[in-house]
Amino acid sequence: MIWNEKIECASRDEMKALQSERLIDTVQRIYHSIPSYRKKMQEVGLVPGDIKSIDDLSKLPFTTKQDLRDNYPFGMFTVPMSEIVRVHASSGTTGKPTVVGYTRKDLNTWAEVVTRTLCMAGVHRNDMVQIAYGYGLFTGGLGMHYGCENLGASVIPISGGNTQKQLQLMQDFGTSVIACTPSYSLFLAEAMEEAGIKKEDLNLRVGIFGAEPWTEEMRREIESKLGLKAIDIYGLSEVIGPGVSCECEHQCGMHINEDHFVPEIIHPETLEPMPAGEVGELVFTTVTKEGIPIIRYRTRDLTRLIYDQCACGRTLVRMEKCKGRSDDMLIIRGVNVFPSQIESVLLDMSETEPHYLLIVEREGNLDSLKLMVEVQEQFFSDEVKKLEVLRKKITHNIQSTLGISVQVKLVEPKTIERTAGKAKRVIDNRKI
Amino acid sequence: MIIKQLSVFLENKSGRLNEVSQLLGDAGINLSALSVADTSEFGILRLIASDPDKAYQVLKAADFSVKLTDVVCLNSPNVPGALAKALNILSSEEVFIEYLYAFSMDKQSANIVLKPDDIEKCIQVLQKHQLELVKASDLYKI
Repeated sequence: MIWNEKIECASRDEMKALQSERLIDTVQRIYHSIPSYRKKMQEVGLVPGDIKSIDDLSKLPFTTKQDLRDNYPFGMFTVPMSEIVRVHASSGTTGKPTVVGYTRKDLNTWAEVVTRTLCMAGVHRNDMVQIAYGYGLFTGGLGMHYGCENLGASVIPISGGNTQKQLQLMQDFGTSVIACTPSYSLFLAEAMEEAGIKKEDLNLRVGIFGAEPWTEEMRREIESKLGLKAIDIYGLSEVIGPGVSCECEHQCGMHINEDHFVPEIIHPETLEPMPAGEVGELVFTTVTKEGIPIIRYRTRDLTRLIYDQCACGRTLVRMEKCKGRSDDMLIIRGVNVFPSQIESVLLDMSETEPHYLLIVEREGNLDSLKLMVEVQEQFFSDEVKKLEVLRKKITHNIQSTLGISVQVKLVEPKTIERTAGKAKRVIDNRKI
Repeated sequence: MIIKQLSVFLENKSGRLNEVSQLLGDAGINLSALSVADTSEFGILRLIASDPDKAYQVLKAADFSVKLTDVVCLNSPNVPGALAKALNILSSEEVFIEYLYAFSMDKQSANIVLKPDDIEKCIQVLQKHQLELVKASDLYKI
């Protein structure tokens, strides 16, 4: 079923006309209420009147995560707080998180786009949807939740973790749709195996997996182990949360809800727009949001756009699975990890710059994080127990900062390879 | 009375101990005593060298994590029960030992290198009970 056929199957001209009208309005609102963005426009000699259609989008300055941090917490909101009915924050684990705010209309928009993505995934009102994304400041849980309710499906708002309970409810309630990170779905599959639960014992039909990168191999494995159709969903809180784009049953790229979130692909270094079909950095402009509209937000995700009409009938542009990042952010078990976070934890524990190497592996199907730390003099004690305490302390501090477990190994100085004097910080052995 | 011991951080991988002894040998540094504390992942090499400061520089220049640690060395009669007696004294005076290693020189005496939690107090206690401490200069010469 196509939830909003008029929009999702609109012609390119109709879509561009809608986007143009909405962009013009968004630029006006931002220019007049966000001093930092107005300044950016003035610096390149732009006034709102220069933006006449969606084709003028590339004239506008970019917005980055740093802009959100600089305006922490509410400096990028374009409406008074009395209009804001909900805030979410991204997993900004060092320094300040990035905060987003939603008006009532924004929440309705969000529910609408999530409902569309659920229909793309083949979910309908008779489904029992178990939402195992975290509920709370993270947009995953609540974002999916209101979309499911809007569709009329039955929601099990179980949130993340508590694997035994997840399995129990899947059996007892006859869950037909599971929404979680792809790696957690494989974790569930392993737990099922251990508990002697077969996929035939369950009623699973569709899985909606997002919040981290995953491969086609993982998709096949998830589908065979859980006996469902595994659908990729994409979103980020700065744009709205889950529901920015999602695959349909043909699993050939994620349809972007482009009447709300206009995508562009730019060259990550020159920042120039790339020709259609080429891989580059994905940039989004929200054209309907009220709480925190955002112009040309650099997602740092690398992908390409496909404008052909899909076999499902939708004309919404599709984005391929993300091929990587244009910065050093890692997504490990759904958690955003910047090497600088590890660095600041180590810096807090010593006076001088630490040398470390992060090694990310996918063992079985779960990501594992190993950290090698060189034992410089500032760390070295000649007592074994003190070194063990140090190792445990590093482990604990990193776990509590990142929220994911890490295996710490102490190594000799100069063990970690340096290229051109600069130490390599990350080895990602996952084949994504 | 205080002896400067070298402590070196070593990963558990082959050839590392060899490398340390080669570096020190090439620098003309003799070793009086050494011991290795090991865990599954790493080890700490502790050694008494003829010239601790030079040994420190040599190893540091070769990028080892190295540290000079204050220890004391007790000279004990090489007879049954002598170590127990010394340790009893330390224990009853509440001097705690982080680690120790010992070596016999001949039939008469043995040297016990001790890392106490409180080195000043350890020396006082040993002296009070007329136990013989080895001078640093003598130990480096062995």
